[in-house]
Amino acid sequence: MNSTFQFDWQAAFASIPYLLKGIPYTLMISFGGLAIGFLIGILFGLMRISPTAWLRWPAVAYIEIFRGTPVLVQVLFIFYGLPQLIGGPIDALTAGIAAIAVNSGAYISEVVRGGVQSIERGQREAGVSLGLTRVQTFRYIIWPQGFRRMIPALGNQAIISIKDTSLFAVIGVGELVRQGQIYIATTFNALEVYLMVAIMYLAITLTLSMCLRLLERKGLVGQ
Amino acid sequence: MQKTDTKPIVKMEKLNKHFGTLHVLRDVDLAVTPGEVVVIIGASGSGKSTLIRCINGLEEFQSGSLDVDGKVLLPNGKASKALQQIRTEVGMVFQQFNLFPHMTVLDNVTLAPMKVRGASREEAEKTARRLLERVGISDQAEKHPSQLSGGQQQRVALARALAMEPRLMLFDEPTSALDPEMIGEVLDAMRELAREGMTMVIVTHEMNFAREVADRVIYIHKGEIVEQGTPEAVFDNPQNERTQSFLARVLTH
Repeated sequence: MNSTFQFDWQAAFASIPYLLKGIPYTLMISFGGLAIGFLIGILFGLMRISPTAWLRWPAVAYIEIFRGTPVLVQVLFIFYGLPQLIGGPIDALTAGIAAIAVNSGAYISEVVRGGVQSIERGQREAGVSLGLTRVQTFRYIIWPQGFRRMIPALGNQAIISIKDTSLFAVIGVGELVRQGQIYIATTFNALEVYLMVAIMYLAITLTLSMCLRLLERKGLVGQ
Repeated sequence: MQKTDTKPIVKMEKLNKHFGTLHVLRDVDLAVTPGEVVVIIGASGSGKSTLIRCINGLEEFQSGSLDVDGKVLLPNGKASKALQQIRTEVGMVFQQFNLFPHMTVLDNVTLAPMKVRGASREEAEKTARRLLERVGISDQAEKHPSQLSGGQQQRVALARALAMEPRLMLFDEPTSALDPEMIGEVLDAMRELAREGMTMVIVTHEMNFAREVADRVIYIHKGEIVEQGTPEAVFDNPQNERTQSFLARVLTH
């Protein structure tokens, strides 16, 4: 191997159209999974702080299991393992979305719990003292304030989950990394192509960071 | 003051409250008649805040009976429909104001009338603006609480409670978190409310205010009512030696 390696810009640029085909999959898995994960997070996060033990312990179990196992193992389990249980195949895209959903859901549960618990007790007391029900107090007073405090941590989780989808190349879903691998298999420009892949992830996560910063600035008005 | 209706609005009998091993309230008997202004005084940790927080169910009690406006509250916070009803008819003002920071002043005041009483926005806002005017902050309606001074915030909290047209108002050390120069404006608003005949139970350290507005002063020591009577009787001629030493400590400075 000689050391006069030349970075092949042309190969790098040539890979872009092919890689771009992976972006819709990356975004679908990320945001589809995160949307479901957010719903899971609200449900389990609130169950986690319920005064009722039989609501609390399933939430604790869920959070510990899905936070304590790798997302790669989770997606392999869903894609290869679950079909044996349910007796039919699961397509790779669905498996990817499901894995992000259950995994981010566990983390988001803790984010939701933290956000809700950070609201001073006096807020709840003021709400119920006015005759609002517990549900109304939560909906109009606790949640809007708690949600604002969750935004930075939710953004963090979104960025982590977007990057986690790169692991799902192993189940053959045509996301960014998978597209890169296929391209490299025919051209052997690993350095150039993976650099392009990395730049595309960065473009997605930076865009998200910027949106979050805007949202936070807006959310802080009147706090 | 018109006190034709002598049926008590609050009737507390042999109320006992424990925090773990701590016996916070001991056999407390308290009856408040409509139109009456009752001021509760006592050292910190004496149980005076806990006592009024029992009246609207923010604290549970372990034994005794408690009847608020004809509705019975049960020991140990047994889920009762009565609690919800009581809270719509009993207003409370907190030491830390507890305004909703994510809402404007106006929304703070209209929330409960709209969500609990089912008032329309127009109705609720009309009432809110009238109440804000009454407590002297009508020009701040569109602001958020954090843009207001402590005294203004507490007056908003008062307007917020009054918007539910309560039959009874509870005040839990309403001026203790305020800078000295803002205490007066809050006490003025309360004074006016008392003059209008509102039934009030007030926990406070403002002894001059207590002397002036109270129909009855209650001194509580270690969870027990040890002395009560007219302000003149309690402040000028206390019978119990604990009351005497408490007053000697708070009135000299």
